[in-house]
Amino acid sequence: MEHYLNIAIRSIFLENMALAFFLGMCSFLACSRKVETALGLGVAVVFVQLLTVPLNNLILRYLLAEGALGWIGPGLARVDLGFLSFILFIGTIAAATQVVEMAVDRYAPRLYATLGVFLPLIAVNCVILAGSLFMQERDYTFGESVVFAVGSGFGWALAIVAMAAVREKMRYSNVPAGLKGLGITFITAGLMSLAFMLFSGIQL
Amino acid sequence: MSAIGSLAIGRRERSVLLDPVITNNPIGVQVLGICSALAVTTRLDKALVMGVGVILVAAFANLAVSLVRNYTPGSIRIIVQLSIIASLVIVVDQVLKAYLYELSLELSVYVGLIITNCIVMGRAEGFAMQNPPWLAFIDGIGNGIGYALVLLAVALSRELLGAGKVFGLTVLPLAKDGGWYNPNGLMLLAPSALFIIALLIWLLRTLKPALQEKD
Repeated sequence: MEHYLNIAIRSIFLENMALAFFLGMCSFLACSRKVETALGLGVAVVFVQLLTVPLNNLILRYLLAEGALGWIGPGLARVDLGFLSFILFIGTIAAATQVVEMAVDRYAPRLYATLGVFLPLIAVNCVILAGSLFMQERDYTFGESVVFAVGSGFGWALAIVAMAAVREKMRYSNVPAGLKGLGITFITAGLMSLAFMLFSGIQL
Repeated sequence: MSAIGSLAIGRRERSVLLDPVITNNPIGVQVLGICSALAVTTRLDKALVMGVGVILVAAFANLAVSLVRNYTPGSIRIIVQLSIIASLVIVVDQVLKAYLYELSLELSVYVGLIITNCIVMGRAEGFAMQNPPWLAFIDGIGNGIGYALVLLAVALSRELLGAGKVFGLTVLPLAKDGGWYNPNGLMLLAPSALFIIALLIWLLRTLKPALQEKD
């Protein structure tokens, strides 16, 4: 139990996807003008992350890992298809976002109105692919991958909502012309990233 | 224009190649593909390998996408582009693992993340789908170089100010080794990349007021 809690804390604060690994920066910068939009995108990321990381974990374990195809015949017992992970992961992600989009549209039209526009965007968001790649690199079990998926998605959502809140307040400040918009957003993100470094001593 | 002329570097090819390097730089002006620009720039060798990887993937992805552009139905074009790009990235990743194993461990997931790098995807969708293969290939190289240049500039300042080194060779002798330079430790940490890119954008937008944002 403590082990899972540790993974969750690590992925939310210490190894925050946005502020420690700079993942999903494109949408982090583009969709953080309003708290409402940021929250919508954040929820969508947690949702898709929770769906794709465990799914990719199963694919990795039962299709790609060395010896996973051994049940077909002894000749395949030593085949290691690990190098195909990139293309299969991105395929799963694209398919999963498509399915989620259709399902949400059919069964939860109100949710679709808020999340709908972000779902296609998320298919090419690097947070999602990175979640699966980190899962592969760190060799998580199925349970660990579920916890990691929620934690990393939540950490990213936390960062983008905080960013949007800061940017809403910043509208009233007098920023030098050349720094307006993106420049000052980068500096704000840098300061937030500094603040998140305070968590780096935490160990459960 | 003769048949040979269409394959050589003409005026259009030159502008396609050189525009994205400075005047329309993908990172500085369009602000695309910054995830990896921030994460792999603690050392120059990492930035160089990443830059070369993106140049190759962008160029060949553009070439391949442009070759099949007339046979790709509009509704599945994103999947087609993604699978072309992902296959190329697998090749880059395997080559790195075979010949530069140590470096590939340090780059970790960021090589795989070239797949979702907005520059590669953006050029395939925005340029290669409408242009002939040779022009698309050049466009990929140009954008890759523009990306690599920014990466190298950020990495140079981080490695030099943070560790006093360039490509692992000591340039500024550190105080703890009997030299005179006290390194700025922040430069090796994550936030400094954000500050450096911000300063870069500030510089670019001060030189070119047309790029400044209004609100």
